[in-house]
Amino acid sequence: MLKIPYTLMVVYYAHMLEYRAEIFFWVLSGSLPIISMGVWMQAANNGFFSLSAVSFARYFFAVFQVRQFTNVWVIWEFEREVVEGTLSFRLLQPLDPAWHHVAKHLAEKLTRLPLAVILSIFFFWLYPQAMWLPNMTQIILAVFSVTLSFTLSFLIQYNFSMLAFWMEKATSVQLFWSMLQIFFSGIIAPLDVYPEAFREILMWTPFPYIVYFPSSILIGLDIQVEKGIAIMLFWILLCYTLNRWLWRKGLRNYSSMGA
Amino acid sequence: MSIVEVNNLSKTYPVAIKNPGLKGTISHFLNRQYRLIKAVEKISFSLNEGEIVGFLGPNGAGKTTTLKMLTGLIHPTDGTVRVAGYTPYKRQKSFLNKISLVMGQKQQLLWDLPALDSLKINAAIYNIPDKIFKTRLDELASMLSLEDQLNQPIRKLSLGQRMKAELLASLIHHPQILFLDEPTLGLDVNAQAAVRDFLRDYNSRYQATIILTSHYMADITALCRRILIINQGILIYDGPLDKLLKKFAAYRQVKIDLAVPLARDELEQYGEITSIEGKEVNFSIPFENLNQTITRMLEDLDILDFSVLSPPVEEVIRLLFTKGLL
Repeated sequence: MLKIPYTLMVVYYAHMLEYRAEIFFWVLSGSLPIISMGVWMQAANNGFFSLSAVSFARYFFAVFQVRQFTNVWVIWEFEREVVEGTLSFRLLQPLDPAWHHVAKHLAEKLTRLPLAVILSIFFFWLYPQAMWLPNMTQIILAVFSVTLSFTLSFLIQYNFSMLAFWMEKATSVQLFWSMLQIFFSGIIAPLDVYPEAFREILMWTPFPYIVYFPSSILIGLDIQVEKGIAIMLFWILLCYTLNRWLWRKGLRNYSSMGA
Repeated sequence: MSIVEVNNLSKTYPVAIKNPGLKGTISHFLNRQYRLIKAVEKISFSLNEGEIVGFLGPNGAGKTTTLKMLTGLIHPTDGTVRVAGYTPYKRQKSFLNKISLVMGQKQQLLWDLPALDSLKINAAIYNIPDKIFKTRLDELASMLSLEDQLNQPIRKLSLGQRMKAELLASLIHHPQILFLDEPTLGLDVNAQAAVRDFLRDYNSRYQATIILTSHYMADITALCRRILIINQGILIYDGPLDKLLKKFAAYRQVKIDLAVPLARDELEQYGEITSIEGKEVNFSIPFENLNQTITRMLEDLDILDFSVLSPPVEEVIRLLFTKGLL
C-alpha cells in the first residue's frame, strides 16, 4: 500500500535533485520576506519618509508607467527554445536570434501603450491631487531613460538566459535576481527610504536604473541625471560585451550537448 | 561536382549516468558521473549537386547528429565537413542563405498566426525583394496545393498542411541544399505522398541537393537512388538502393498457409522463419535452395496455399541491421 507513495516520492525527489544549482536560487528567491522586513524596520526606526503622500502617489504611478515599458520576459522564451531545440531553426537563419526577442518585446510595448493611457486617466480620476504635468525636458529625458532602462533590463535578463546553455532551469537564477530587483530597483519603495550610505552604493549598481531612475526623472525628483545616464551606459556596454561572450561560449556548449 | 564533402567526421557526447533509487539519486546529486557516447564515428562521403540521398539507420544511429553537423548546428569532435564550400559550424551568412533544415518533429512557424506572416518574416530575414517573394510564394504554394491555407492560423491546419507550410517557409529563400529530418513523420498516406511529390518536383526544378532521413521506406524508394546507411555511428553502406536490393535478391520470402498449425521446431528444418501467425508461416530462403526447399515443403507438409516474394525494402534494411549482411 505504501509502495505507490514511496515510489512517487523517490522518483520525484530524483527529478528535483536533477536541478542542483537551481535549488540554491529557488531557496534564495523565497527570502523576499526577510529583505522586506529589513526595509520596513528601517522605515519604522526613522519614523518618517523623505517623500510626501502626493509624491508617493506620483512615484508609484511613474513606476507603473515605467514598468509597462521596461518589463522583460525573454528568459522564459529562450529557455524553452533551448530545451525544446527550436533554437536550432533560428540558428540556421542569417539573423541573430536576439532580434526576434527584441522585436517581440517592442511589439508587446506597443500593445500596452493604449492600455497605459487608459489606466493613467483612471488613476488621475481616482487621485486628482496627484495630477502633474511634466515639462518637455522631463518628458524627453524620461523617454530616453526608459529606452535605456529597457535596453539594460533586456540585456541583463538575456545574459541570464544564456545560462540555459549550461543548466536546465536558468529561470531559477532569474527568479532570485527578480527578488533583488523588487527591492533595489525601487519597485517596492522609492530608494529615498533607504539609508543615505546604502543608497550611495546602490546607485553604482544596475538596479536603480531599471525603475527608480526613469521614474524619478518623470516626476521631477532631485537626482543626478548626467551621472545616472553615464552609469546606465556603462552597465549597458558591460552587459552587451558579456552577452556576446556568453553567446559564443553557450553556442559551443549547446552544440556539444547535441543542439 | 561535390557540394558536400565529409571526411572522418566524428561526434562524441557526454551523457550523465544515474542509478535508480534513493541511493542512486543522492550519489548523482553529489558526484555526477558522465559517460562519453560516440554518436558518429569517422564517417566519410561526398554528395554531388542535385542528388537526392536517403540517410537510413535505426533510432540513435547518428543520422540526426550527422545532419546537425552538416548544417552547422553542432561542432564535430573530429574530422572535417565542407558544405557548398563552407565550414558549416562557422555559420557564415552566405552559407546560411544556401541551406535549409526541415525537422518533422519541430516547427518554426508562429502557432497562432497564419503561415503568410511567418513567411513574410523569412522573406525579410533572407532579404527577398517583394516581387520575387510574391512569385516564389505563388509557385511554391501551387506546387504544395496550399494556396487556400496561407491565411489560416497554423494551429487550425491539419498535420499534413502544417508540414507543407513548414516546407514552404524553409524553401522561400530557394536553398541550394535541403536537409530533411523525418519530414513525413506522423503524416497520413496521402500527405506523405504529397510531400514526396513536392520534393521530387522541387529537386528537378531547381537542381537542389536533398539529404533526407526517414523511417518510412516509401519516402526513400520514391525519392532516393542513392542511400547512406548508418548504424551505431558508423557508415555501413553508401551506394545505389538498387544495388543493395539486388544483394538481397539472393533471398526470397516464402509464405505458406498450413492446413493445421505446426510447432516452430518442426518448421525450422526448411529455413529461417521470419514470422509465424497461426497457420501462416513466413520463411527467408536462399535463392539457390528455393526449388529444393519448396519441393520438400510440398511433400512433407499439408499446405493450402503458398507464395514466393522478393523481400521488401524494410526487410532488407532490418536484415542489414540485425545480421550485418553487407
